[in-house]
Amino acid sequence: MFSYYVGLGIRSLLNQRLITIWMILLIALGVAGTVSTFSLLRAVSSNAFAAKAHRLFTPQIDNHGPDYVKTYGIDPVLTLRDVEALRARDSAHLQAAIYQISLSLVPIDTTIDALEANGYAVTLDYFQMLDVPFRFGSAWSKAADKDGSNEVVIGSELNQKVFRGANSVGQEIRLDGHTYRIAGVLAPWNPLPRFYAYYRNAFDRHAPQLFLPFRQALNLRIPTAGGSYGESFPIWDMRSEISFISYWVELPDSAAAARYRNYLHAYADEQRADGRFQWPANVALRDQEDWLNYQHVVPPEARISFVVALGLLVVCAVNTIGLLLARFMRRSSDIGVRRALGGSRSAILFQYLTEAAVIGLAGGLLGAVLTVCFVSSLGLVFPVDVARLAHATLPTLLQAPIIAVCMVLLAAAYPILRACRIEPGWQLKSS
Amino acid sequence: MVSIPVRPIVSSLVRHKAGVFILACQVALTLAIVANVIFIITQRVALILQPSGIDEANIIIVDNHWVGPLTLEEAHARTDADLAALRSLPGVVDAYADYSIPIAGPWANLTGLSLEPEQKSPTSLADPYFADEHATAAYGLRLIKGRNFQTSEVVMGSTDEVPKVGSIIITEDLSRRLFPAGEALGKTVFMSNHPRTIVGIVADVKVPEKGTSNYAYKAVFLPVRLADVAGDPYIVRTQPGAAEQVRKSLTDILYKTSRLRILDRQDGVQHFRTLRTKAFATDRGLVILLTAASIILLLATAAGIIGITTLWVDGRRRALGMRRALGARRRDILAYILAENFFIVLLGICCGSIIALTANISLMHYLALKSLPPTYITLTSLFVLVLGQCAALPPARRAARVPPAEAMRIVPS
Repeated sequence: MFSYYVGLGIRSLLNQRLITIWMILLIALGVAGTVSTFSLLRAVSSNAFAAKAHRLFTPQIDNHGPDYVKTYGIDPVLTLRDVEALRARDSAHLQAAIYQISLSLVPIDTTIDALEANGYAVTLDYFQMLDVPFRFGSAWSKAADKDGSNEVVIGSELNQKVFRGANSVGQEIRLDGHTYRIAGVLAPWNPLPRFYAYYRNAFDRHAPQLFLPFRQALNLRIPTAGGSYGESFPIWDMRSEISFISYWVELPDSAAAARYRNYLHAYADEQRADGRFQWPANVALRDQEDWLNYQHVVPPEARISFVVALGLLVVCAVNTIGLLLARFMRRSSDIGVRRALGGSRSAILFQYLTEAAVIGLAGGLLGAVLTVCFVSSLGLVFPVDVARLAHATLPTLLQAPIIAVCMVLLAAAYPILRACRIEPGWQLKSS
Repeated sequence: MVSIPVRPIVSSLVRHKAGVFILACQVALTLAIVANVIFIITQRVALILQPSGIDEANIIIVDNHWVGPLTLEEAHARTDADLAALRSLPGVVDAYADYSIPIAGPWANLTGLSLEPEQKSPTSLADPYFADEHATAAYGLRLIKGRNFQTSEVVMGSTDEVPKVGSIIITEDLSRRLFPAGEALGKTVFMSNHPRTIVGIVADVKVPEKGTSNYAYKAVFLPVRLADVAGDPYIVRTQPGAAEQVRKSLTDILYKTSRLRILDRQDGVQHFRTLRTKAFATDRGLVILLTAASIILLLATAAGIIGITTLWVDGRRRALGMRRALGARRRDILAYILAENFFIVLLGICCGSIIALTANISLMHYLALKSLPPTYITLTSLFVLVLGQCAALPPARRAARVPPAEAMRIVPS
């Protein structure tokens, strides 16, 4: 019996070829647009550090005054003097002080051009806080962290380029004219979004390749390769008011966060009392999730395209209602005849439901094909760093036919109801 | 003369509640989406098309980095050597080094300019370019008033310590903001509380940031050669037409000058136009995406109107034939169907305008939108109205072709 409905359905679809093709195409476009933009939005909204999102906090301190804050907002990073003060007083938590560096590396092999090693100057806690995976060796010692030493940790790509992937722990490399000893080599590691990279793209596809002890970087006066805010003494000077350090602390619970907030406020107040700030304490403490929103890490373009695609899908649904209604009502005399010949209401119902499902399935399958095309060509529309995050995986592709069939069945509900209500007598009477 | 029978139309629409509702709904949603989308597209297109003010076609940017460590003096000396080599090349007009480039960035460095010392909030924000006597020629900037920097004025500096120089050149836009009424040339303004004299005014040039904020063209040129010890981008302007040839040869020439540099052999030297295209890649992509979505939406709506109106026409062949038999002319029927469509679309537009504004306000924060000006709704409404009439035209014609004899037929076709 079912195959009879399918056969009837397909025959009637073929009868009104143009409208059918148009409906299927529109459904496919609507579904493919929605599924592919959703997969992108989900990719850029996902958080590799979600498990720790409410335990990692970053403080902000207004060190430029209300006029500056009114124009530029409160700096997203801290000065060296504030970081050192916070680190010295509050040693109970994991604390990562981070700033971006970019050093030149001259390979021993002179046929290779010098290359740029990008990464971060970090305190030891960084590795523990972010669960950084080591392939060889480990991070530097506590002593090195405190006083600075020539130990470095390198990323797997740099290790591949310079040491061809071998265990390079203990080897030396020359960066910007200084010799460093390799303490550890990371496994491939690039969790995104890189929330502590406040200026650079948070979705940088190039993993950081170089980690220097924070203290050592400042001892050697290595400048920041990220942004800095304000004009003052050079950044490594303890008197400097230039903010450039991304500073993160791990706090166990909200009570600890509240304590830390108070403590931060007290610190800024103290700075005011000492005469450094001529304005009331203005501080903020945000957890990692808040921070991502505050920094607008999710590109608005990803959201705009998803919302518009969703709107398109809704219009497709309304359009489908209209076209199905037109199509079913046009055949009202057929229905009348069938009913008069003894076709039951449920027979009519099943035939039209099948017809709707076939349209939905066809639109959905075409939509799945289009989704593959759309996702693979996202790079034409969005920056590679962002576009490469979306994948047309099987679960994503399955969404297309499921959404399409559900949508069409829902849209068909009213037209089918109308079709089922057609009385056999009336149609026969008029003929 | 064709008179529009309003009352019969309204009563017939009331009888076709479902169809009217679906059409109006579709028109409303389409209007709401398309009006907002066109607003977003307009902004992005304005962003993409914003003039940089420089001689774009003939400018090449060199992304040079030094192999460290260098002292500031060494960095200056090497940069000077590079720039001298670049300027001596055939086809090159001029070259200079700066920390950032119009539109392409990477850094913004907004500073306040005040008319009085110790002024509480600055009169205007401006983005500095660290220039020398070659900068205006290297960008191809038109000097409107005053003079260029003299060689003797230019001092060496670094990002950490910007020397407090005495003279500056500003853009016309900045001069208007600082001195709305009077002459800016020769006046003194204060940057970080240090007095500077405006010696020249150049045609507007874009700041490094790509946005269209109100300081987009408020740039100030300082006579400071700013060498970053890590290396600065070079701006090279060529003779018209020589850009591609110079670009191809630059990497080798610079590596011959010194090998102690990091200059990507593929992407190290690029046309300004390439950088500009890259800077607006996302905006361009969004414009393409949204344009495609709007076209599909409008087509879908037009198709919906054609479909449902045709259905109505077919369902009323007898009535239409009767009207023709009673003396209605073809154009009366045509006008009737078009008027019917007009009312439906109008209903949709009324609802759509409300949805458009509501959507704009409620999604403003989530999508980083600006508030939708009513003009966009009005213009889009007009367009949708015309589209509706065009879409209703084929079914209306079909209706007009119904012969009066149809009234006599019993079997509905």
